[in-house]
Amino acid sequence: MSALIDLHDVGKTFAGGKVALEKVSLTLTADQPRFIAVVGESGSGKTTLARLLLGMIAPTTGTVRYQGDDLQRLSAARRRDFRHDVQAVFQDPYEVYNPFYRVDHVLTMPVRKFRLARSRAEGRALIETALRSVGLRPEEILGRYPHQLSGGQRQRIMVARALLLKPKLIVADEPVSMVDASLRATILTSLRRLHEEMGISILYITHDLATAYQVADSIIVLYRAAVAEAGHVERVVKAPLHPYTQLLIGSIPRVSTERDWVGEERPAGRAPSETGCRFADRCPSATEHCLLQTPPLFRVADDHASACFLQRNAPAMTDAQLSSLLA
Amino acid sequence: MSETILRVERLRVAYDHPRGVVRAVDDVSFSLRPHERFGLAGESGSGKSTMALAILRMIKRPGRIEGGEVWLGDTALSGLDTDRMRALRLAGIAMVPQGSMNSLNPVVRIRDQIGDALADHGVGLKGRALAERVRDLLAQVGLPPDVARKYPHELSGGMKQRACIAIAICLRPKVIIADEPTSALDVVVQKQVMQTLGRVQQDLGAAIILVGHDMGLMAQFVDRLGIMYAGRLVEVAPIRDIITAPRHPYTRMLIESLPSLEQRGGLRGIPGLAPLLRELPPGCAFHPRCPAATERCRSEKPAVRAMGEDATVACHLA
Ligand SMILES: Nc1ncnc2c1ncn2[C@@H]1O[C@H](COP(=O)(O)OP(=O)(O)OP(=O)(O)O)[C@@H](O)[C@H]1O
Ligand SMILES: Nc1ncnc2c1ncn2[C@@H]1O[C@H](COP(=O)(O)OP(=O)(O)OP(=O)(O)O)[C@@H](O)[C@H]1O
Ligand SMILES: [Mg+2]
Ligand SMILES: [Mg+2]
Repeated sequence: MSALIDLHDVGKTFAGGKVALEKVSLTLTADQPRFIAVVGESGSGKTTLARLLLGMIAPTTGTVRYQGDDLQRLSAARRRDFRHDVQAVFQDPYEVYNPFYRVDHVLTMPVRKFRLARSRAEGRALIETALRSVGLRPEEILGRYPHQLSGGQRQRIMVARALLLKPKLIVADEPVSMVDASLRATILTSLRRLHEEMGISILYITHDLATAYQVADSIIVLYRAAVAEAGHVERVVKAPLHPYTQLLIGSIPRVSTERDWVGEERPAGRAPSETGCRFADRCPSATEHCLLQTPPLFRVADDHASACFLQRNAPAMTDAQLSSLLA
Repeated sequence: MSETILRVERLRVAYDHPRGVVRAVDDVSFSLRPHERFGLAGESGSGKSTMALAILRMIKRPGRIEGGEVWLGDTALSGLDTDRMRALRLAGIAMVPQGSMNSLNPVVRIRDQIGDALADHGVGLKGRALAERVRDLLAQVGLPPDVARKYPHELSGGMKQRACIAIAICLRPKVIIADEPTSALDVVVQKQVMQTLGRVQQDLGAAIILVGHDMGLMAQFVDRLGIMYAGRLVEVAPIRDIITAPRHPYTRMLIESLPSLEQRGGLRGIPGLAPLLRELPPGCAFHPRCPAATERCRSEKPAVRAMGEDATVACHLA
């Protein structure tokens, strides 16, 4: 059977010439569920990757396929399958709610549309279970309008909706950015449980490296529209190779009695070089060579690659197929 | 008793709801020393932003301050008329509100937003004088002078947040309240912005209240931390003690729910749901989720007790 989702050399340049994502190849199959985190600074292309994968925007290079069919040319029937198989949870979900409908609508509609329950009561029970699993009280939430809920509550309803549908893939873009640590842990462990028990793949986009390390198996680090480093979380977080990943991990404030959070107050002001490595202007290890050429992904291990000339002794990945690196 | 710059005494704030009264800040007291960095953490919806707004008497309907007093030095804020209260905002206590970087006016240049804030407080500067003041303020928050001419959309998140800090410090306040100033930023930029905020605070000799739920940020930045649960300040202690020996079971469980970067596995939130603020359980509001709860916890509301000079706790078992 063909892959659930297949991104082949997918890139996106917006009108006006803004390159938001460069050539990503990633395959997700139904029989090998994955839990992948995508991290990187603001504007690095994370949401663009999610929107491409969801068919919300068309790639400018390459194709995104759903079970072999080009996502941009699905028939109505296939689109309906896709909408069931692939669920999205977004950063600020306010726009997905219709302000004139009670929030119940976003939960009851999929139950009806995809015939998830045999009776109203069964549907209601499914919805209540999903709400509780993200720390919400059904009696407090149901019957309210979107503007009557906090951002964190609206966010959690979207997670509950994804849980309800039991899709094959959940794309979650900053799904818990507005909630506290305990709730974050609760919600992410329920996603993890879904992944393990139901074989659902999860793409978790986040600024929060510590939760990414805890729940994901693999991690993709984006920097200025390209993959800087990718591989197993243990390797990438514990032994980061790319100087950007090192900066990222070194910048995490630790919960410790030691105050070791020191460093640059302002980034270097120089513009990134056109031809060379995108990180060269901020990189402590940059050489002349880094300004002249763009580093490919060097594969240092089966499950670890870094796009940095410091690893030039490892073989370069010609196809840049990320899936081969990911657990 | 040690010197204090800000004292919050038995503050109470409620929101009137059709289905009942939400007591978002319930009898909260604490004080801030000059130059101190005080953190305020706790569950989402526990009343942190409400308290920050209440300190500045900026609660809007359906909310109302039900009681309590806030002292800035020797001044009781409830005794001030509207004009004097407005003068005190920014010059005495300044706030960087939650989400402020997204509420900069999109069609006004940064220079004019700073000018407006100054003018609002009776400091009408024009031409050269304004340009100089703006340049100084931008320099203080680590922004280049050309930012003055820019519109918010031309700035990155970190730069916008710095611009908000510049506005907050334009009248050299004695206390800065920053509500989740970095939660929309990535960790690299977060660190840069917090370093700027810390340096500005030192330059001004101001105290700071940092509201947020990133415990790592608190550990690295604040001197003392207050923990809120369901509208109450359930524990206050020096940050070191909170991390190594939390007294309140909620604090302990909150710290245990933090994701480790050392070892995978064991991520777990606090079981149970946060209580409804308009229908709090009797006794201690945390008792339904507390593994150590006793009969007394179910019936008697724990009082806030002092634990030495700079710590308090509201728990029967501590
Ligand atoms: N519709 C659009 N038109 C033009 N440029 C866009 C558009 N959407 C995104 N961009 C640009 O593409 C780049 C990548 O944006 P993207 O939203 O993917 O970043 P991100 O990694 O999700 O950032 P954040 O962490 O802030 O959410 C940014 O420079 C952004 O300004
Ligand atoms: N305008 C309002 N009307 C009614 N209730 C409100 C209003 N603003 C806040 N509340 C309620 O008051 C309580 C405290 O809210 P507050 O915003 O102070 O919480 P918080 O601790 O800052 O949360 P977060 O971490 O999500 O920012 C919440 O239960 C909230 O629903
Ligand atoms: Mg994004
Ligand atoms: Mg708040």
